[in-house]
Amino acid sequence: MHELSLTQAVVDSVAERFGPTRVVAVSLEIGKLTGVVVDSIRFCFDLVAEGTTLAGARLEIVEPCGRGHCRVCSHTFDVDDPIVLCPSCGSANVEVLSGRELRILSVELSGEERPCAPRAAAPATPE
Amino acid sequence: MCATCGCSGDARIIDAAANTGAPPPAHPHSHSQAPPPSHGHMHPHSQGQEHPLSHGHRNPPSRTVMLEQKVLARNDEQAAKNRAWLAERDLVAVNLMSSPGSGKTTLLERTIRDLSARVQVSVVEGDQETTFDAERIRATGCPVVQINTGAGCHLDAEMLARALRTLDPPTSSVVFVENVGNLVCPALFDLGESARVVVMSVTEGADKPLKYPHMFRTADVLLLNKTDLLPYVEFDMSRFREYMDKVNEWVQVIQVSATRGDGIHDWYAWLRERVRAGVALK
Repeated sequence: MHELSLTQAVVDSVAERFGPTRVVAVSLEIGKLTGVVVDSIRFCFDLVAEGTTLAGARLEIVEPCGRGHCRVCSHTFDVDDPIVLCPSCGSANVEVLSGRELRILSVELSGEERPCAPRAAAPATPE
Repeated sequence: MCATCGCSGDARIIDAAANTGAPPPAHPHSHSQAPPPSHGHMHPHSQGQEHPLSHGHRNPPSRTVMLEQKVLARNDEQAAKNRAWLAERDLVAVNLMSSPGSGKTTLLERTIRDLSARVQVSVVEGDQETTFDAERIRATGCPVVQINTGAGCHLDAEMLARALRTLDPPTSSVVFVENVGNLVCPALFDLGESARVVVMSVTEGADKPLKYPHMFRTADVLLLNKTDLLPYVEFDMSRFREYMDKVNEWVQVIQVSATRGDGIHDWYAWLRERVRAGVALK
């Protein structure tokens, strides 16, 4: 999937919604059946957030497991494969109950209302 | 940069006809009818519930705001606007997706040639670079707009809105959207299209539905192209059907050869069925 576009969508919508208020943390929900690579989202986040009110923000990602309900045999089961098949009868006629979430759950905002300059890059070596 | 495919950068809309000095399409332009821009309120105000984390302090260190909003909310909103805009004009928009080289443009050339006497067709071409495909489509006499996504690997709803504003297709017609050749990223982005058609060629191998399940799961129709090459390639049709059923058992599979014309009338029959409600083929 397109992790850079997704990360950009997160940063744009949060930055737009909360104006100059500095964002301390962003919490995302990315289901395990979405095909979205969470490590890539983490990799992109700092790059995309740089120069915005989200610069330096903590990124929290919860990954709901896949769960399906077979419409043929009524079996309910866990699944982590994007190809969702009923393990009981093999049918692909499955209602996905969870695992396809792709949402911004919440943001944590700084108590300070004044605009905040982007945080300087961390030193390369510990002091 | 996208870790999956290396995308970045802004898309450019190129009006191929204007670029090459060709005459504009014969229909009247009325750009005031263009889809509304996507910049508006993205979130219902009721969704934001603020929860102060600390109480009794004059300056709380931070506060958490619950959003529970889709990551692609902006794209999905624009897609809904596109869908409404298309419906108002009695337009059927078909999003064609595939890997590069599956034969989308050849299929479109033939489709335009065969159907242009019966229904007006316009095309939005998506590619990273060049106007090669737009030039091929323009050579058929069909209005076309090229979107170059730069390093981008998919079309999104905003790009299509801009392309539709430029293209300004006549009412009661068909718009084909040839997405960027890529079996991964376009799957995630709703453009506001009427139908999603995945084109796959027999030279790609029977296992593609399992390798790219997200793309094949979103398809309304799977066009299996280059069937004229079946005698020369190892393509196990029953295995392909089995894999397709695992990913999307409702999809309609149509076998075609865009170059030779085999099965092409099954594709036109599907298209005719699709447009029957809105666009009357003469």
